[in-house]
Amino acid sequence: MTANGWLQIFFYSVALLAVTKPMGLYLLKVYDGSMRWLAPIERIIYRVCGVDPEEDQHWTRYATAVLFFSAVSLLVTYVALRLQHVLPLNPANRGAVPDRQAFETASSFTTNTNWQSYSGETTMSYFSQMTQLAFHNFASAAAGMAAAVALARGVSRKSAGRIGNFWVDMTRGTLYLFIPMSIVLALLFVQQGVIQNFHSYVTATTVEGAKQVLAMGPVASQEAIKQLGTNGGGFFNTNSAHPFENPTPWTNFLQILAIFIIPAGLVYAYGRMVKNVRHGWAIWAAMYVLFFAGVTVAYRAEARGNPIHASRGVDIVASETNPGGNMEGKEVRFGIANSALYATITTDASCGCVNSMHDSFTPLGGLVPLANIQLGEIIFGGVGAGLYGMIVMVVLTVFIAGLMVGRTPEYLGKKIQSREVRMAMLYVLIFPASILLFSAVSVLLPAGLKGLNNAGPHGFSEILYAFSSTTGNNGSAFAGLTGASYYYNTTLGLATLIGRFAMQVPMFALAGFLAERKQAPETAGTFPVTTPLFVVLLIGVILIVGALTFFPALALGPVVEHLLMGAGKLY
Amino acid sequence: MLRKQIWSAIAMTIVLMIITGGIYPGVVTVLAQLIFPHQANGSLITTSTGQVTGSALIGQGFSKPEYFHPRPSAAGNGYDDTASSGTNKGPTDRKLADTLIRQAVDSAVVQDGAVRGKVPSDMATSSASGLDPDISPANAAQQVARVARTRGVSVDAVRALVANHTLGRQFGFFGEPRVNVLSLNLALDSSFRRAPEATASK
Repeated sequence: MTANGWLQIFFYSVALLAVTKPMGLYLLKVYDGSMRWLAPIERIIYRVCGVDPEEDQHWTRYATAVLFFSAVSLLVTYVALRLQHVLPLNPANRGAVPDRQAFETASSFTTNTNWQSYSGETTMSYFSQMTQLAFHNFASAAAGMAAAVALARGVSRKSAGRIGNFWVDMTRGTLYLFIPMSIVLALLFVQQGVIQNFHSYVTATTVEGAKQVLAMGPVASQEAIKQLGTNGGGFFNTNSAHPFENPTPWTNFLQILAIFIIPAGLVYAYGRMVKNVRHGWAIWAAMYVLFFAGVTVAYRAEARGNPIHASRGVDIVASETNPGGNMEGKEVRFGIANSALYATITTDASCGCVNSMHDSFTPLGGLVPLANIQLGEIIFGGVGAGLYGMIVMVVLTVFIAGLMVGRTPEYLGKKIQSREVRMAMLYVLIFPASILLFSAVSVLLPAGLKGLNNAGPHGFSEILYAFSSTTGNNGSAFAGLTGASYYYNTTLGLATLIGRFAMQVPMFALAGFLAERKQAPETAGTFPVTTPLFVVLLIGVILIVGALTFFPALALGPVVEHLLMGAGKLY
Repeated sequence: MLRKQIWSAIAMTIVLMIITGGIYPGVVTVLAQLIFPHQANGSLITTSTGQVTGSALIGQGFSKPEYFHPRPSAAGNGYDDTASSGTNKGPTDRKLADTLIRQAVDSAVVQDGAVRGKVPSDMATSSASGLDPDISPANAAQQVARVARTRGVSVDAVRALVANHTLGRQFGFFGEPRVNVLSLNLALDSSFRRAPEATASK
């Protein structure tokens, strides 16, 4: 670990803190309807789509709107990928995407997962990248935000039962939030060297006289929303490690800031919406502590490097000129610190973009992204999804605190009773059920073992990571696993759908139930949700729920591999 | 009621697809091509005759002894920009430790006189993209003697050129110090003659 590495991590932390409140205030204006400068466009969209912007939807109606929209857009993308060869903007003549892969890709992008079993530069036409994949980057992000805002309304409203209008939230998020921010960010990227064109691939004659084909395309526009929308699906196979996606340390910094800026701002906005700003900051603090713990473990593990590689002659001690540590699967311009930082952030959130290959991390370095996903991606989290996942944990925390003192738990003046806790538990249980059951089945089936790139415990980690990532709608990978097979395309595609929709429905129900509850005045017995004690208890609940569920699986993967690495064992 | 919802879903999909999938990338492309045309088109490096030599941002393969060599690459057969990839080999993988890393270490020892155990970590490992345009300053320093010897010039002259092409941290603290292999090798060719046998064969 170097002083400069820590300086970059601290600088990032300060920058994140500085942008939280301004971003939060902007979000409030977007979602309470007071921002109006695109009102004429809004009106046209509502008219075309037959939407009454004044309608305040019951949670069941809000939830069905989300499901219908997702189903339709998934279907459209499936068809467009199957017909890629006859659609325009296809200078490299890419053929139709195979059926199973088209299903998985469509589900994956609809659910904000962006798991990619294909390699962008050899599979997708510019048309598919732009009108399908980038469209989903916007739509799934806006839908995630809408869901979180709906939940916040449920908590803040007094015995209403109604949580807003999905179509309006969707439209406003896209127009006022994601498009303007993406345009600015895309141009900052291009200035540093991210490409943005519609040219055919360029053939270069290298200095030594060989041919090198340079892939082209509208990358910057997709890159910007991929980060801001915590989507994470790269234009190219190696995502943000590819120099055309992430050319400099400055673009790297912008990328990781773009991942957290909206989720962090949303936490502040949530505090304002429920009229308890300090509660918002308490949640922020819990998230930050978990983030910092993760990056510390990952950075330390990667900087210490791999003793097996050292024994083969590699100098793993960092100096001013030698990066040291574990540089397998990392880029020189980012080095160890920025790779560990990026891996932590992209899995704290549900982004899943990568600037280094998690598969080649040391066991403990790779454990951090895996554990981050398994905690539910609530450490700032995906846009929208991070906040609603966190509020479920908050509800559980308040419930447990209530049990400890023997009083009916309340959250912000709303009584938490069996039906709320039932929905929260459903949310918490569906997640590990999908991950662990799919993983268990995969290690028992020949089709599941066929795609592995590594043997031994690392092979198991590849499978566990794949189902954690898809169920968690993350999309990053231990990328050695070959996901392009009937078995994996199908199961991983299903996992993305379960992880998004089977979890969103109980969350909407929770929002609706909370919205119906009358606001009760706080009493001396109310557990305060603004204190350091609350922060500690919340972190404790998150870690205990995560550890109880996943520790046995992690012990078979990264934990045992760490011990074997120390003993010099190879597979 | 339900039919209205389904219609809204279909219409919203189409409208947003046009806005986010058509208008948005169109606007960004026009602005990018107007303001930053060089970067938007790939930061290409061309010869005086207009032939494209490569991109300043994308690594390319070098194996001749008179050039600085990039890191090992898992992209296709090495530095294939249409097949970007890392090895994705894990920390306890035998092939990574005993084939890929061992070969890279052996070649650093044999070709560049590196001391076993002191091979810079980026020199022995493959990058994430397989297209890493950079090497670390320690990696470049390790190769200076070989390049100078092959070209028949002084070690100090080559070392000075490397120092000139070493990029510090961006804004003083972002990222890590690095040397762009392609730009360094182009500078070598314009500063010094190529290897004697390479010139003779022409």
